[in-house]
Amino acid sequence: MSMKKTTLDLWVGVFVAAGLGALLFLALRVGSFSAFETAKTYTIQAAFENIGGLKVRAPVKSAGVVVGRVVDIRFDNTTYEAIVSMQLGSQYKFPTDTSAAIMTSGLLGEQYVALDAGGSDRMLSNGDTLRITQGAVVLENLIGKFLFNKAEEGGVGAQEEGSAP
Amino acid sequence: MLEHVAAILRRMGARVINSVWRLGLATRFFFLTLLYSGTCFRRPHLVIKEIFSAGVLSLIIILVSGLFVGMVLGLQGYETLQTYGSEEALGILVALSLVRELGPVVAALLFASRAGSAMTAEIGLMKATEQISALEMMAVDPIARVVAPRFWGGVISMPLLAALFSAMGIFGGYLVGVVLIGVDEGAFWSQMQAAVDFRDDILNGVIKSAVFGGVVTVIALYEGYDAPPTAEGVSRATTRTVVSSSLAILAWDFVLTSFMFRGAS
Repeated sequence: MSMKKTTLDLWVGVFVAAGLGALLFLALRVGSFSAFETAKTYTIQAAFENIGGLKVRAPVKSAGVVVGRVVDIRFDNTTYEAIVSMQLGSQYKFPTDTSAAIMTSGLLGEQYVALDAGGSDRMLSNGDTLRITQGAVVLENLIGKFLFNKAEEGGVGAQEEGSAP
Repeated sequence: MLEHVAAILRRMGARVINSVWRLGLATRFFFLTLLYSGTCFRRPHLVIKEIFSAGVLSLIIILVSGLFVGMVLGLQGYETLQTYGSEEALGILVALSLVRELGPVVAALLFASRAGSAMTAEIGLMKATEQISALEMMAVDPIARVVAPRFWGGVISMPLLAALFSAMGIFGGYLVGVVLIGVDEGAFWSQMQAAVDFRDDILNGVIKSAVFGGVVTVIALYEGYDAPPTAEGVSRATTRTVVSSSLAILAWDFVLTSFMFRGAS
């Protein structure tokens, strides 16, 4: 209790300033600061046959640039497809015949939606649905197809060999 | 035989009744503290003094342990990620584990043992030396004058300490990962920024640590206030503070995490 009031105030001031500085460091340098993003967005939908491991909040990229995020994924009971809702920044405009595909960044990386702009004059607006989509590539299906093709090749080869003599 | 069983059951029952009783008293104590908090805001200097003894004096231990926890995370994370060839994700690993869990939880555990035990001992001794009764005699409410400023000091200090812990930890991870081992600096920071969300991760960490600060100080103050006014009573109360507030931090962490991160990413 021998400490003077002004010294105590100084130390508490330093502590609070350092703590707030650390928070600011976390927000600006470590985080992406999305809470203060006031930029306007619009939402579009796309139906995919298979979304693989796509998750909510996955990035939506076009030409490799993040233009939005996946905000909702649900299952359509009538078409048996996955309906993916994406929120795009309103500064990014895409033609109505834009196609969407689910891609993987790296071999084991996260999955994202890739938009490929089309050539239409009309631009997508809030609530529109993309017509051309390509679902995720499922590794098991790919391997299955590959094996099936190999087997088919082998079968054809054997027939040819059998018919040759 | 039956007698023995009855005795055991009786002891068990007494324990349960006693702990429910204490839990109720502690809850009542908490609401009383909130009720008498008005003085703190009329005389902020009382709170500032408590921020000094709870926050500023805990700074060294928080900063040093934060740095070392981050450095260990950097080393261990690199070892594991390297086997998958994705050591660029080291920034994500260090930042997310610190901001979401380790920052608030470890800082709160250190806070409980550094500041919580001191609070219990202080209040317990104030009671043993009849300073609390003296306050009551002078018509000063001890809860408003002694307890509430300490509570708010803890609630305000804890998020700042946790933020400093996380920031130091990320710096430690950077030191080991980028400076020492040589992970690419750009990938370290950019992947971290892409993965850490301000509201989902950082703000939730701040809320967590404020709750932990409240839990620790309420337990510490209640144990001190409730301690028998003897040397042994105060020593036991101090031990109980550290044990039960550590358990309470971990239990609350589970509850808060299951609400905050359910279904997120």
